[in-house]
Amino acid sequence: MDRAETQAPPEALTVVPLRHYGLWVGTAITLVILGLILKALATNPAFDWPTVGKYLFHPSIIRGLGQTLLLTVTIMVLAIIIGTIVAIMRLSPSRILNAFASAYIWFFRGAPALIQLIFWFNLSLIVREFSLTLPFVGTLFTIKTNDVMTPFVAAVIALSLHEAGYMAEIVRAGINSVASGQTEAAGSLGMNHRLILRRITLPQAMRFIVPPTGNETINLLKTTSLVTIIAVNDLLYAAQSIYARTFETIPLLIVVAFWYLFVVTILSIGQHYIEQYYGRSDQQQGASLGEMLKRAFRFGRMAQPA
Amino acid sequence: MTSKAENQARFGVPDNSMVFARGVRKSFGNVEVLKGIDLNVPTGSVACVIGPSGSGKSTFLRCINHLEEVSGGVLLVDGEFVGYDLRHGKLYEVNNKLLCQRRADIGMVFQSFNLFSHMTALENLIEAPMMVKGMSKAEAKEKAFALLERVGLSAKADAYPRQLSGGQQQRVAIARALAMNPKVLLFDEPTSALDPELVGEVLVVMRDLAESGMTMVVVTHEIGFAREVGDQLIFMDRGVVEERGEPREMIANPQSPRTREFLSHVL
Repeated sequence: MDRAETQAPPEALTVVPLRHYGLWVGTAITLVILGLILKALATNPAFDWPTVGKYLFHPSIIRGLGQTLLLTVTIMVLAIIIGTIVAIMRLSPSRILNAFASAYIWFFRGAPALIQLIFWFNLSLIVREFSLTLPFVGTLFTIKTNDVMTPFVAAVIALSLHEAGYMAEIVRAGINSVASGQTEAAGSLGMNHRLILRRITLPQAMRFIVPPTGNETINLLKTTSLVTIIAVNDLLYAAQSIYARTFETIPLLIVVAFWYLFVVTILSIGQHYIEQYYGRSDQQQGASLGEMLKRAFRFGRMAQPA
Repeated sequence: MTSKAENQARFGVPDNSMVFARGVRKSFGNVEVLKGIDLNVPTGSVACVIGPSGSGKSTFLRCINHLEEVSGGVLLVDGEFVGYDLRHGKLYEVNNKLLCQRRADIGMVFQSFNLFSHMTALENLIEAPMMVKGMSKAEAKEKAFALLERVGLSAKADAYPRQLSGGQQQRVAIARALAMNPKVLLFDEPTSALDPELVGEVLVVMRDLAESGMTMVVVTHEIGFAREVGDQLIFMDRGVVEERGEPREMIANPQSPRTREFLSHVL
């Protein structure tokens, strides 16, 4: 450095960048492919963009979208609750609880979602009716399985049990990621197991639980399209019902894909802010959620022009 | 509370004893880590425990608040077993609620601070008083501010542990333990994880506590602190108390060759 300064002022030196020929070739090929795709999208009549526009906000498509969102939210909430319980059982000192939780995860995560879905839908083949009978009182009530197990209920049960298998592993990994010293310190302050779990372990585990849970939610949103097979009126089913009649298959699939991508985008943005919220103790200055959002948006504006 | 008097008579616990140990043993599997420890810490006094790593001093400290269960012997805090009740000559394990109540009276300060990393300093201090003792938020906060003031960190109330230096974190951890009004404070190598220039600020707080009459059991490598603040010094080696005595005397003139050798390394 010293020598360079004595020979010439640094600003007088020209830097010749290394030529990345491979990069240029790669870029050129990518641009050509991109051009071909765009041309196909624009000129191939099968895509039929006006029809896409016509159905994008079609009432039955919007109703299907609502059903898909309802399914996703209901299943995810149930899966988080069941998964957390299974994870806590998995970490329990009781061998039986531990083995039960392991078996649960092995089975419900291992068996394909589609098979579980069809199984629950056909539960009446195993159990015809549910009834509550008490000695000396007699049968209090009886319900036919087929009356309870509507396609929607079957979808919710099957997919929440399946999803809970994944959530249990995510929650377990999160709880394990919290240093054991935290539990010891809480214990030495006289906090009991439940209090420690609720106030100390789980909140810290959240930072490790939230990102994969976001991924799971996005995954689940798309997995719910499987319910089409048991005739739940979700987004894909709504589109299928239309193109079965009109044969406008490709435009309607584009409509469906558009809505899935739209919701996934919204979810990804939401996930980003939730992650920031749970990572706040990592940041240099203490920040409330409000301050953090403000900072996040300012950062976003700065990043855009570049 | 007849059990307290009964214990005192039965085990010959001296009056005014806060921590009393007789023949305390602890094994992990086949390895016996503590081979019969005797100790009496009178209320208001400071006992310093020194010794090479692996001598069992931290394990003994963790036995006092039942973070580890003892395998044998008698270990009483304020005249009572922490994890058990003595009835009809048998030790009954106490339920969780009672264990938590007794632990709340025994403060502990850890080598690695163990501040709750998702909470600010203030939140760390008010958590247990509110959740365990049912103190109101306003009261807990008032007390927390007073304690932060006492350890010289009132300006850092809203800082998260990661934003604090090691010395500051350990001072918050001491304040957190004090927030529960413990009868006794256990220190597990409180300055061992600190940069040398940060050790002093923690020792100042500990000395201040000792002078205010807090009963303390301190596992430490700080011989200077043991000499100036300790009322008794215990040298542990390989699971036994090798030597004990008045700190100044013992440091100046150790009797056991093991003690002499150890002190020559750390002084």
